[in-house]
Amino acid sequence: MAGSPRRTQTIVKSALWTLTGATILVLVFIVVFILRRGLPEVSWGFLTRHPEAMGVAGGIFPTIVGTLALTLMAILIATPLGVGTAIYLTEYTWEGRLTRVIRFGAECLAGIPSILFGLFGFILFVTKLKLGWSILSGGLTLSFMILPTIIRTSEEAIRSVPAAYREVSASLGCTKWQAVTRVVLPSALPGITTGVILSVGRSIGETAAVIFTAGSALHLPTSVFSSSRTMAVHFYILAREGISMRMAYGTAAVLVVTILFINIVSYYLMHRFIRKYS
Amino acid sequence: MTRLERNDRIIRLALLLVAFSAVSILIVITAFIFSEGTPIMFRHGPGRFLLGLDWYPSEKLFGLLPMIVGSFSVTAGALLVGVPTSLACAVVLTQFASKRTARVLKPVIELLAGIPSVVYGFIGIVVIVPFIRDNLGGPGLSVLAAAIVLGIMILPTVISISVDAFQALPPSYREGSIALGATVWQTVRMVLLPAARSGIVAAVILGMGRAIGETMAVIMIAGNAAAVPTSPLAPVRTLTSNIALEMGYASGEHREALFATGVILFVIIMILNTLANRASARRKV
Repeated sequence: MAGSPRRTQTIVKSALWTLTGATILVLVFIVVFILRRGLPEVSWGFLTRHPEAMGVAGGIFPTIVGTLALTLMAILIATPLGVGTAIYLTEYTWEGRLTRVIRFGAECLAGIPSILFGLFGFILFVTKLKLGWSILSGGLTLSFMILPTIIRTSEEAIRSVPAAYREVSASLGCTKWQAVTRVVLPSALPGITTGVILSVGRSIGETAAVIFTAGSALHLPTSVFSSSRTMAVHFYILAREGISMRMAYGTAAVLVVTILFINIVSYYLMHRFIRKYS
Repeated sequence: MTRLERNDRIIRLALLLVAFSAVSILIVITAFIFSEGTPIMFRHGPGRFLLGLDWYPSEKLFGLLPMIVGSFSVTAGALLVGVPTSLACAVVLTQFASKRTARVLKPVIELLAGIPSVVYGFIGIVVIVPFIRDNLGGPGLSVLAAAIVLGIMILPTVISISVDAFQALPPSYREGSIALGATVWQTVRMVLLPAARSGIVAAVILGMGRAIGETMAVIMIAGNAAAVPTSPLAPVRTLTSNIALEMGYASGEHREALFATGVILFVIIMILNTLANRASARRKV
């Protein structure tokens, strides 16, 4: 009887490890599966040529440009708003009802499914404001979606800057804003960058919010008012409409490699940042 | 000096405005979706929307019950697949694995949270759907396929929040229990799990929100038939897919009905968010 809890422990432990192993295996399988079938399709031509016959042949160049344009637009709008919010929350106010409302708003926004962002962007930007399916509509919609991530990561980054930095700059007679721009923000920059890079990854992978706001035109965008197809949307259309499995695998491989690369970079940056201040 | 002080006051005001961006965006989104979606609900009566079984937009029949049932059945399946696995991972990562192993495994799981949902959907089409069709029968595009894929998709979310919940516990809980002679598993079951309960509940609710809100992956693998599913092998349409499938060509009342679908989805998500917020607020007290 005395040995029984130990035996239970051994059994449970191996069961839990099996489940953990299975999880890792499934996740690794997904990446390997896509890369093994997709990477052989990827070549310089695939990345730099235009698609032919709706994507049956040729490359994915316009979708890469579309992805970059849309992501850039979203980041340019969301970063100032997100970092500004984080500065206000950490430096210019104290915890109270106001900060609770702001945080609750950001949390709710983070929980809204991307399809609702798509629905909203479609009705406001595409139809009401008559921006049409465009990089501008898609970028605005995406920026709303990534705003909570940027707020949260910037806030954490700014909070982790030691209080002594602020005290010293105050003792030197700096105003709050001087302390923020010359001391706090430069120290928090790696942490803030991490959040921005994570949001880039999220924007690149997003489909539901983008397809209804940026449209799915396959030509090269010429201005922020042109409709544009991102890699994720292109991949979705290729796979769902069965246009070309080969091209779908190729696009998926480019997508997955890009996103893994971005996430690894941001993970590395974050760890260097954490180590510096702890 | 006074100039600098005045500048500081202006900056504070500007930052306050910026700080309300997230809240204002939330309010604008809510206002738009409700103003587009609720009039048609009241014109036809909310009961016919929520409890109607027939979705034939061309005949002005907008019953959303099949999609509501669809969303919840797919989500329940996803929780069944995802939650036990996530908890197992969280326990292993925080209690059983060596620090070094945990340092390798945790980032691997977190990195995969970034994989786009279309990729999960694609894996569903080329691996899971054919497997179900060949081994269990039916069309393959089914509740089961969607539940499995969504169950996998919510893993990173639920794991990382549960791991945080375990790590937020004071180390003395674990140490005290081990010192009393309990095994690690006894400690987990009798001390740590109850103590971390509110955090784990928040993790599960957020995972649920993720599953209910997922769109592209579900469209690709669930079959999308607008009927109440009769078995796990039957095709199903969720609220999200209903919007995404028909948004491209809908107009007039049909489009309004899609916004009404959005309203229902929005209300469900807000309830879940509030519950998760409550659960994690309780932890801090």
